[in-house]
Amino acid sequence: MADFHSSMHGSAAALPRRNPLHTWWTILRISIEERLIYRGDFALGTLMRFLPLLTQIFLWAAIYQAVHPRETIAGYSYHEMVAYYLLTQISRAFSSMPNLASQIALQIRNGEIKKYLIQPVDLIGFMFLMRVAHKLVYYVVAFAPFALVFFLCRDFFSGWPDATTMAAYLASLVMAFLIGYFLEATLGLVGFWFLEVSSLLFIYMLFTFFFSGHMFPLDMLEELGGPWATIVRVIPLQYLAYFPAAVFLGKIQGADLAWGLAMQLFWVLFFIGLCRLTYYLGVRRYSGYGG
Amino acid sequence: MAIIEIEGLAKSYRIYQKQEGLLAAVRGLFHRSYRDVQALRGIDLSVESGEFVAFLGPNGAGKTTTLKLLSGVITPTSGTARVMGHLPWRRENAYRRRFALVMGQKNQLWWDLPAQESFRLHQQIYCIEPAEFDRRRDELVDLLGVQTLLRQPVRELSLGERMKMELIAALLHSPEVLFLDEPTIGLDVIAQHNIQSFLRHYQQVRKMTVLLTSHYMKDVAALCRRVVIIAHGRIIYDGSLSGIVDRFSGHKIITLIFPGNTVPHGLGQFGEVLEEQGPKVKLRVDRGGIAQALSAILDRHTIEDVSVEDPPLEEVIAEAFSIAAEDLSDGAPEDDVPSPLAGQG
Repeated sequence: MADFHSSMHGSAAALPRRNPLHTWWTILRISIEERLIYRGDFALGTLMRFLPLLTQIFLWAAIYQAVHPRETIAGYSYHEMVAYYLLTQISRAFSSMPNLASQIALQIRNGEIKKYLIQPVDLIGFMFLMRVAHKLVYYVVAFAPFALVFFLCRDFFSGWPDATTMAAYLASLVMAFLIGYFLEATLGLVGFWFLEVSSLLFIYMLFTFFFSGHMFPLDMLEELGGPWATIVRVIPLQYLAYFPAAVFLGKIQGADLAWGLAMQLFWVLFFIGLCRLTYYLGVRRYSGYGG
Repeated sequence: MAIIEIEGLAKSYRIYQKQEGLLAAVRGLFHRSYRDVQALRGIDLSVESGEFVAFLGPNGAGKTTTLKLLSGVITPTSGTARVMGHLPWRRENAYRRRFALVMGQKNQLWWDLPAQESFRLHQQIYCIEPAEFDRRRDELVDLLGVQTLLRQPVRELSLGERMKMELIAALLHSPEVLFLDEPTIGLDVIAQHNIQSFLRHYQQVRKMTVLLTSHYMKDVAALCRRVVIIAHGRIIYDGSLSGIVDRFSGHKIITLIFPGNTVPHGLGQFGEVLEEQGPKVKLRVDRGGIAQALSAILDRHTIEDVSVEDPPLEEVIAEAFSIAAEDLSDGAPEDDVPSPLAGQG
């Protein structure tokens, strides 16, 4: 049996030294391992996501046939429309957070959240790393099918964008991920007040469906006139799908591009702040009233 | 100086009262009625460093609430507490690195991964030096005999094995204060015994301060010299385990065995007849009247064997709970009728 006495209260006496990189890497590594356990489900889910792509491409083909193959809709030719649609799939691969909010709400409801309250760890940061791991695994699994789809559909694209556009595109994708994470984490944290957040999530998904540009370019809504243009421009959902795709296609350039990226950064910071505030108030409420 | 100091700690919850039925559910959408439940009604307690203290009490008595308050998960309604000089609900990292909470009914390990991955994570979270971590882990794994289970996903461990892993995870950072909330709940007798002997050994060597809640008297008897009984949010007893009997039980049990198979009549005058079977009779007699009753019985009857015992601890504690309930009956209504410990152990 090992000797007990030598390290009595050893950790309390020494000042804890933490290497944040090391901690993050451990959390990341363990999360990746966890993701890989359900590899079958994961691979299947990833592959199945590619089926709707085909139907959507056929749908746009039919629409453009009906209008006129050479016409543009909201400034998008048939080729651009398909390219746009494919690109939003990449945007969504960064910005969508399957199960994040519902999982946080569930942990609040079943009390698992206590774990994060008693350990010297930050819940939001912890979950963030778990989500990064989740995404990394997803990209590895999804890379090949994505590459295949884009290769098969290469004729819809008019070539690679220039370096500046490409850099802006990558930045917008990373910020799409950050907005997606902090926005959905905030929705999950609403669970401190409502316990059940599935209706809230449904509303969020409905709005995202229309106003993120996930299904069609937001320029189409703008053409409708009325309040749509304003709504689309004011709410941040466009940064989850439309904005990165439009940047890649060169639809947004120059000053507009700089302004768009600045606005996206603003929303990143906004949702980080909102998420932190919600967490702070939520924990206070939880520890004040909850069991 | 005491390591844990609690003064007038009180906690009340607002609980939504839902009436039965659909109509009431719809009404509940617009108008909700709440009820204040007082989980703790102001307790004072002081625990010295290295003590192993058991909290006993019926369900809903406030034991777990006390542990939640001390581990900073919830904030009190009034009163205060200091653990190692920290205000728990401020949740400072400096405090959170120095204690651990193990809940028998909650899982803190990663469900789908082997326990050793969770241990690794704890090493990072609690900033444990690698060499120190290896040493402590090996020592704990050794003591609990779980070497072969380290690589097995937690979900595939038995409840007892999982509990051992939970304990290892909680002890890796060498907490000075350990809160155990029903650590042996649902375990079989052997697993209970293993965990008890581990805790006893580890606490003695490490001189940790441990607060334990349990429904199993065996846990308490095996581990704790000091027992705090909580009922209805108040401390009704604080002392040794054996002292409980003196304090709450005014009776002793006299067991008489008569020759042959017959039991004489009229024993009821000496005390309450608890059991009458074959040649054996059990009588409950007031403490003060033991000598008198015994001599009277010996005078009148021939007896083969006699013994005088304290009533079982479970019964005494159940009695203590009901006394507490009566004391409180003039206060706010409570719906948590004390459930005697005897039924749960």
